[in-house]
Amino acid sequence: MTSIEHGAVPAAGLPAEFRTCRFTGLRIEKNAETLIKANAVTAVVFLMLGGLMGLLVALTRWPAVQILPAEWFYLMLTGHGANVLLFWIIFFEIAVLYFASAVLLGSRLAAPKLAWLAFVLMVAGALMANYAVLRGDSSVMFTSYPPMQASHWFYLSLIIFAVGALLAVVLFFATLVIAKAERTYDGSVPLVTFGAITAGIIAVFTLASGAIILIPTWLWSVGLISGIDSLMYKVVWWGMGHSSQQINVSAHVAIWYAIAAMVLGAKPLSEKVSRMAFFMYILFLQLASAHHLLAEPGLSSTWKIVNTSYMMYLAVLGSLIHGLTVPGAVEAAQRRNGYDKGWFEWLTKAPWGNPAFSGMFMSLVMFGFIGGISGVILGTEQLNVLMHNTIYVPGHFHGTVVAGTTLAFMAGTYLLVPLLFQRDIIWPTVAKWQPYFFGLGAGGISMFMMGAGTLGVPRRSWDISLTDAPHVFEFPAAAYLMMGLNGLSAILAAIGGVMFILVIVATILAGPKLVGPDAKLTFPLHDKGREAVSTYGSEAHPKLPGTIVLVTIFFTCFVLYYFVNWKYLSELWLFN
Amino acid sequence: MAITPPSNRLWWKEPIQAIELGWVIIAFLWGLFMFFFMIAWHFIGDQNLSNETYRITPEAFEDKVVAFAEEYQKKDANGEPVEEAGVPVVVPPEGGDVYMLARLWEFWPVLELKKDVPYRFHLSSTDWQHGFSLQPTNINISVHPGYEHVFTLTPTGSGDFGIVCNEFCGIGHHSMTGRIRVVE
Ligand code: HEM
Ligand SMILES: [Cu+2]
Ligand SMILES: [Cu+2]
Repeated sequence: MTSIEHGAVPAAGLPAEFRTCRFTGLRIEKNAETLIKANAVTAVVFLMLGGLMGLLVALTRWPAVQILPAEWFYLMLTGHGANVLLFWIIFFEIAVLYFASAVLLGSRLAAPKLAWLAFVLMVAGALMANYAVLRGDSSVMFTSYPPMQASHWFYLSLIIFAVGALLAVVLFFATLVIAKAERTYDGSVPLVTFGAITAGIIAVFTLASGAIILIPTWLWSVGLISGIDSLMYKVVWWGMGHSSQQINVSAHVAIWYAIAAMVLGAKPLSEKVSRMAFFMYILFLQLASAHHLLAEPGLSSTWKIVNTSYMMYLAVLGSLIHGLTVPGAVEAAQRRNGYDKGWFEWLTKAPWGNPAFSGMFMSLVMFGFIGGISGVILGTEQLNVLMHNTIYVPGHFHGTVVAGTTLAFMAGTYLLVPLLFQRDIIWPTVAKWQPYFFGLGAGGISMFMMGAGTLGVPRRSWDISLTDAPHVFEFPAAAYLMMGLNGLSAILAAIGGVMFILVIVATILAGPKLVGPDAKLTFPLHDKGREAVSTYGSEAHPKLPGTIVLVTIFFTCFVLYYFVNWKYLSELWLFN
Repeated sequence: MAITPPSNRLWWKEPIQAIELGWVIIAFLWGLFMFFFMIAWHFIGDQNLSNETYRITPEAFEDKVVAFAEEYQKKDANGEPVEEAGVPVVVPPEGGDVYMLARLWEFWPVLELKKDVPYRFHLSSTDWQHGFSLQPTNINISVHPGYEHVFTLTPTGSGDFGIVCNEFCGIGHHSMTGRIRVVE
């Protein structure tokens, strides 16, 4: 390498403009900054669209309200799944990847023109998907299981979106290479970047699986292939569908560490353990995604058991480790910040009025208790039969991807927006309450859907009273109650969603400008925040009684709930 | 300077906290336990989804189900075949083969089974994917066209049981039902 002496100076012919952030000291390149803004803002637009669809879906599933007619319900449900799970989440993840590479490493973004191309492809794919769904001939749900067929626009749109996203991920890796070559940082990459790399590696695998299955399906929809095997489709499709959830987990865990670092100055308890936990996601991301296929015919028990667990639930182990190290890092930092009394002063005196912190901590708790535990139960070979395809399943993943990922991304946005747009949060009171509304609502929809699912309520169904059905069956009154409470929680979550969008959009357009040397952030960063987030090094030997108590409670709930479900299973009809 | 120097370059040499190590070990053992418990249930439990599946064309499966229904359709006091909502009610021989077909938008036919008797259950679809969801016991199994899934099913309760489709199968999905009646 000859350019080593130049340090952070970009290679000749590639002018890169940098500014230094007043609050964090990070060097931010202009192209990276603009692309992060573009991707994050687009993400929020799709969250708005998809969230509205989610509200309509939930209000339709409230039996006493049933706001949409059947055709519109299935159409909106397909649109909801695509807009939130694919477009909101992935646009935001691209922003996170660019942030964790270019900004945290102080590097320029590789090939900004290609990054714009990736962005345009993704936007085109997302718009085309909405067009296909709104045409009314693609209400096949975002899983689009054959032989049911959508319009060819639908499959094509997803392919275009995936190609764009794949290009963006490649640019993320290219940026890492540039940062290393131009020596914009020293030693290893920081933990948050490491988490983002995990997400990026999984994303490549995921998007490739998506292409492998969607391209033939698209050819089938235009008549070039005569049929798609329904079981083979499911196996490969979930290679994308499940692993992409592991991207979400890696990304939001990285954000948990980033927020804990920036707001509280937290460092990981030990770099080694936290990195190993991320690494487990890569190694054991459950390539075959078998836990979506436990109730299918034609797959052997051995295959199911091995592929759900890889002998011992190694990917779950990764999450369990973060479940201790993240609150542990928070506790250690808070004790260092002076809140060292008793077991829980670190928690009671935490900055609960700062939406970045409150959102992050609620995301952590709900992801673990609601999404995590229920996920392991669903992923156990025999237990799956108890709730496969009931509304328990959407209950579970609203715990992971809404109460977990979405809430974490919202929390992260409260830090990103002031730093990138250089405007302060415009309505601090609204911002302060927003995570509570959204968190409570998201937790509510998760729990109530899970409750209804244990009573047998099917997912993706317009009418549980079965009025037009040939053979009537009455679901218990408690199931109706749960679906009603789900509707109320949905309203709460929607209010939280609207608050989020209003605050963020208004801040971007009209928030008080953060200019001048004495400009202050309403929700301040920790003095050591910048150091903690973009360097590495472990916390020094703290005592963490509070974290031990929290983790013990968690583990007790986990074990009890696990055995309760085996008890339910043992009471079913016998089958083998 | 863009980047403050790292607090410890050799992060991989830093010690692991005791609390972390303890938790990693507990979580590891719990993972192992859960893995072995799935295997154990195949020996100690009575609820394990069968692996027995055959390739079959939808037409061939439909023929089998129709033949089964004709042979064992229930007769009333006058010897007339019994139907329910236009669907034949079938009383298969105790412990024998039982066929059920999922199609847009019904589970066909209605079955009358004996409590505590094991039946060999054959389940497939003739069109799209469907979800066999037996209520209120809450047993949920996917149904694919082209795959005949065979499992042994022993009812342990009596009365009327509903079957609800829980795999989205188009606009009639929410009205796709079936029935199994279990008699003592
Ligand atoms: C206001 C917030 C939200 C509400 C009220 C809501 C509500 C719902 C409801 C009631 C269902 C239907 C369950 C069914 O009938 O099967 C559903 C499905 C779903 N939701 Fe949400 N949701 C919200 C936000 C989100 C977000 C942010 C995500 C993703 C990040 C998400 C992902 C999904 C997915 C993937 C489905 C499954 C669609 C399908 O079955 O094809 N939701 N949601
Ligand atoms: Cu069906
Ligand atoms: Cu259905």
